[in-house]
Amino acid sequence: MFNNFVQAIKSSISALLANKGRSFLTMLGIIIGVGAVIIIIAVGAGAQSLIVSQVKGLGSNLVGILPGKSEEKGPPASVMGIVITTLTYDDAQAINDKKNVPNLVDVSAYTKSIGTLAWGSNTYDTSLSGSTVGYLEVEGGEVAEGRFFTKEEEKNLSRVVVLGSEVKDQLFGTSEAVGQRIKINKHSFEVIGVMKERGTVAFQNYDDQVFIPIITVQKLIAGVNHLGLIRAKVDNQDNIAVAMKDIEITLRERHNISDESGASDDFTVQSADTALDMLKTITNALKYFLAAIASLSLLVGGIGIMNIMLVSVTERTREIGLRKAVGATNFKIRSQFLFEAIIITFLGGIIGMIGGTVISFLIAKVAVFLGYDWEFLVSIFSILLAVSVSISVGIIFGLYPAIKASKLNPIEALRYE
Amino acid sequence: MSNPLIEIKNLEKEYVSGEVVTKVLHGLSFNINKGEFVSIMGPSGSGKSTLMHILGFLDRLSTGKYLFNNKDVTQLEDDELALLRNEEVGFVFQAFNLLPRTTVLDNVKLPLLYSNKKGNIDEIATKVLESVGLGHRVNYFTNQISGGEKQRVAIARALVNNPSIIFADEPTGNLDSKSGVQVMAILQKLNDLGNTIILVTHETYTSEHAKRIIKIKDGMIEEDYLVKNRRYANDGEMLK
Repeated sequence: MFNNFVQAIKSSISALLANKGRSFLTMLGIIIGVGAVIIIIAVGAGAQSLIVSQVKGLGSNLVGILPGKSEEKGPPASVMGIVITTLTYDDAQAINDKKNVPNLVDVSAYTKSIGTLAWGSNTYDTSLSGSTVGYLEVEGGEVAEGRFFTKEEEKNLSRVVVLGSEVKDQLFGTSEAVGQRIKINKHSFEVIGVMKERGTVAFQNYDDQVFIPIITVQKLIAGVNHLGLIRAKVDNQDNIAVAMKDIEITLRERHNISDESGASDDFTVQSADTALDMLKTITNALKYFLAAIASLSLLVGGIGIMNIMLVSVTERTREIGLRKAVGATNFKIRSQFLFEAIIITFLGGIIGMIGGTVISFLIAKVAVFLGYDWEFLVSIFSILLAVSVSISVGIIFGLYPAIKASKLNPIEALRYE
Repeated sequence: MSNPLIEIKNLEKEYVSGEVVTKVLHGLSFNINKGEFVSIMGPSGSGKSTLMHILGFLDRLSTGKYLFNNKDVTQLEDDELALLRNEEVGFVFQAFNLLPRTTVLDNVKLPLLYSNKKGNIDEIATKVLESVGLGHRVNYFTNQISGGEKQRVAIARALVNNPSIIFADEPTGNLDSKSGVQVMAILQKLNDLGNTIILVTHETYTSEHAKRIIKIKDGMIEEDYLVKNRRYANDGEMLK
């Protein structure tokens, strides 16, 4: 049995070598397919690590409070675009009270909207971040010109706005912005500051937004009383659990929830870690979705192999007849052609794997060169997956031509011109 | 005489294609003994190739009896026929049927790859090639040698498993006369050494190199006789 195997593999290799050009072209489909899967998984993992490290950079001692109860392990309903109105500005104030949550440094609450900004004849659409004074402390970020709004302005419906750097460029160009009056959805606002450029972190462009006192957004623009998100900064990472507990107690008390198990909560308190996990889940899904699309090219490569093998069987009809005449059984003919397909896909898989890894490595190098904190990640899993899938492709798409070859009538095959 | 190597009784062969039944062989009976050199001769369409394919286990008869070494061949499975082809017969075809883009040695080794015999197959194959005068062509590719040499490679391939019978189907048909003589000389020499040879041809001249001629016409045996004035292929170099 073992001898038969070795013999079949030898015959296959010599047949493939006898047709080097065609063997390579057939292999190319698999090389590209496997390479694409490896590259996409590696680039996905690299991008994921980049996003995760950026989010970590935002501060791991942040706690997020979202409206609505979380499903087990899933994201809160509010993330899915469902509007829940259970959190208010007063909740944010209560959390920020040292009597309630002693470990908090500051709190930033958000009601977001979108609007059209107009300065003279220039207009620009951007997102309006109704936020609180705590923003700078909680989220980081610096004011480049002018100032951020004050606690008084936050509370007394002041019509003041701090522009993100991109908004400033779009609306004012090189002109001085601070001190100018602009219109936001027809309401007149005074520009009191411009933020320093910060870039895009974890899908969020920090520069393409404007900051307005949260109450002003709620009352004047959005016409709502609830807010979308509260972020709280804890003084020390070790105190996160305590702070989260304190926040929950505070909110349950304010919302008249007696159930302490959390089952009846109308809010969700999350640490940066859980947010990270969620982000990983989402990016993983994205990564594997892309890999699945890339593996379509493996399928196409497999069909290419079947096509070439069928051509090869027809072309080598005489050879098959001769092999049968000198004593090859149907099984041996079948094995030979099957092995040919498997060897093509296996070698293609190996070459694709090496090529994909090299390209992934170069991408990582370029990304690092461009200043991204990009990790070169090629997992054993993706390698095993790529190689085993390519061998399976060989078996699946090689079987039909191999069976066809083995069923040829030796006399017909010998006569074939 | 002891048991014949091949015993054929009332052999018939018909091809069925849809509703059309074409009868090719009509009840042939003959025996072939070990060591014979038989020509199966007849015009094209006479059924001689079909007969050879049946005798060589490449095809099955429709009705009748075929005993090979006293064994009923009609009852055998495909894989058993493959084994017989491998161990008991060697084929030489008009068109040589060598594997393209493959060396002479690898072509000759082919039957050994499908057999269960032990031993150094490179050595065995090289020896057989030397015996047909191709020791110097072992590592040539089949497209680098002449037609006569190709047919000698094919003969070496037929011999390599030390078969009971060699079937030669118009072995000189694609060769110039000089190469044809060489090939016939080898076949005669092999017969002198005790090999059973069945030669299929449509040429009287070629067939007279055998010891016995079975003339086929329209699927029936027209004549079965011993050759009186046997022709000998003279090629000093090949016969030494």
